[in-house]
Amino acid sequence: MTTKLLTALLLGTSILGTAGVAYADDVTLNIESWRGDDLAIWKDKLIPAFEAKNPGIKVVFAPSAPTEYDAALGAKLAAGSAGDLITCRPFDKSLELFKKGNLADISTLPGMENFSDVAKAAWQTDDGKSSFCVPMASVIHGFIYNKDAFDKLGIKVPTTNEEFYAALDKIKADGTYIPMAMGTKDLWEAATMGYQNIGPNYWKGEEGRLALIKGEQKLTDPQWVEPYKELAKWKDYLGDGFEAQTYPDSQNLFTLGRAAIYPAGSWEIGLFNTQAQFKMGAFPPPVQKAGDTCYISDHTDIGMGLNAASKNADAAKTFLSWVASPDFATIYANALPGFFSLNNTPVKMEDPLAQEFVSWRGKCKSTIRSTYQILSRGTPNLENETWVESANVINGTDTPEAAAKKLQDGLDSWYKPAK
Amino acid sequence: MAAAPKRPFRWHIGVFLAPALLVYTAIMILPLAGTLQLSLFRNINQSQVFVGLENFRMLFGDPNWSVNFWNALRNNVWFFIIHMLVQNPIGVLLAALLSSPRLRFSAFYRTAIFVPTILSFVIVGFAWKLILSPLWGVAPHMMDLVGLKSLFTPWLGKAQYALTALSLISVWQFVGIPMMLIYAALLSIPEEVIEAAECDGITGMAQFWKIKLPLILPSIGIISILTFVGNFNAFDLIYTAQGALAGPNYSTDILGTFLYRAFFGFQLQVGDPNMGAAIATMMFLIILGGVCVYLFLVQTRLRRYQF
Repeated sequence: MTTKLLTALLLGTSILGTAGVAYADDVTLNIESWRGDDLAIWKDKLIPAFEAKNPGIKVVFAPSAPTEYDAALGAKLAAGSAGDLITCRPFDKSLELFKKGNLADISTLPGMENFSDVAKAAWQTDDGKSSFCVPMASVIHGFIYNKDAFDKLGIKVPTTNEEFYAALDKIKADGTYIPMAMGTKDLWEAATMGYQNIGPNYWKGEEGRLALIKGEQKLTDPQWVEPYKELAKWKDYLGDGFEAQTYPDSQNLFTLGRAAIYPAGSWEIGLFNTQAQFKMGAFPPPVQKAGDTCYISDHTDIGMGLNAASKNADAAKTFLSWVASPDFATIYANALPGFFSLNNTPVKMEDPLAQEFVSWRGKCKSTIRSTYQILSRGTPNLENETWVESANVINGTDTPEAAAKKLQDGLDSWYKPAK
Repeated sequence: MAAAPKRPFRWHIGVFLAPALLVYTAIMILPLAGTLQLSLFRNINQSQVFVGLENFRMLFGDPNWSVNFWNALRNNVWFFIIHMLVQNPIGVLLAALLSSPRLRFSAFYRTAIFVPTILSFVIVGFAWKLILSPLWGVAPHMMDLVGLKSLFTPWLGKAQYALTALSLISVWQFVGIPMMLIYAALLSIPEEVIEAAECDGITGMAQFWKIKLPLILPSIGIISILTFVGNFNAFDLIYTAQGALAGPNYSTDILGTFLYRAFFGFQLQVGDPNMGAAIATMMFLIILGGVCVYLFLVQTRLRRYQF
């Protein structure tokens, strides 16, 4: 009896389900993504905006959990059941999909001319000839500070290294605030918010990054060791027990108003805006001497590509062109402050903190994290080792020189730059 | 004399064994054989190629792998030593106390001590991370109350303490298991033996050392081997408390986390199932070796008493 009922129910739903699809004459595009957090933004803002302009195309945003995304996507692609549009992780993970033929070449897609070479680099073949994803957003590194604390202590926003340490010393001497909220427990904070944050000023952004890939520079060169020497100095300004301080600990320390400066990535803006009860400001990584060109890490983080096996390739291309347009950029960047559009057309953003971050693009030169392209393909993995060594340097386990040597030796063991 | 009448083949034995055998083969033996097989192959140009023992040569010969492997093995041995030196003696002690007839509320203690064992690793790892947190943990605050604040350090973040701290957390979680097994063994010692000992004037501590301990030695042996297998398969606690990179500076990396990183990859590192399988094979051999040593050298010499 129950089985019959169940069968009837199942049958009923399946017929109804198919009926629903059958009635819709429109083309339906499915988006694969790991950004479950953005579901509301897609549903309420982005998709209606697109559908209003493109009648006849329906879009469904179907995210899966971040940790499962790569495996789930791989399985779906293999089985032929993946969505038409695929959200791209930067660099090798997407490159592999392209090489397997899962992502279509979209180098000639209308709209791709809206992006700079740096922006496109994350989703290109090594020779830069084919692109396979539209760059959607990047995150910028810098420092977020507690404006109230700075005003109270009469500190003005530091622009040079000297001013930076003077500010830290002053906060430390006053004792009300922990000068800097960062821990080394989770390792990646030290590497991402530390090394990759201040580093570009030393290795001169893209110039150094590309020279490293070409093998013209080594991680043991002064411009690559210098950021480690700075990190080693940070130790004195971190809170008690920073060795066991985790990433959420650091965020809480800052948003509770107990720390004055937070080495940040712009993705924090959304969270900090809702949690912090004080005014916040941001400044880019300080330069060595006044007047030096500044460099920032403007790291390409998320893109979107076309499933090569998609049956609705034309509709999907229309959608991708829209993703490449300034319209999309404006909605996306405002809905997710801290995830900045990579579009060449400047985007008008409401959030003051986000505006501050993005304004650095005008006066500083952009680069991406040095370890992401090509250099993290082998074992030992340069990015993961950079996490470990950056934490080691701050903890005092390794000297800057020793850390740099370990990284370079590890890289040399498998990476032979094309000469 | 005529041959004994041929007994009918006993089909029911096979029938009854079959389900267990099939399930065990499908979920244990086949995957194990698959792992061993995988460790002999390597992915070259998107296809699996047989390479013999090349993966093992790389694991031991290439410093990029061997340094990590020996480090993980060394840490694992230390993890095991702490368990043997702390968990099992405390387990025996607790069991001896619990079995004392004069102890009140023994059922409460027994339950309370056993409860952490049934908690998830995720909860244990997270709870202890908070307890030991230098920022909001209760540990620094409570040490302050008794004037020992100066002894507090962020244990989980210091390379020289982190592994020991995690071992002790694991001891805290699992001390209930040796306690229960020994407790059961102590309860099964017949009254007559104890009474006979008392008649001979062996009481108190002497009774424990001379009468009870020899009788529970086989149980202690079993506990040791369970600890050994459990420790060399451990992974969860380190992963939840320290992450897959087993920081700081790989000081808490044990074979399980090393295997995880190799097999599944981590962050930008792409997983290498073949090298992962090679590490898994080594873990299997280490555990197999340890269990064999126990079975053939130790267990055969343990004297058992029949009552």
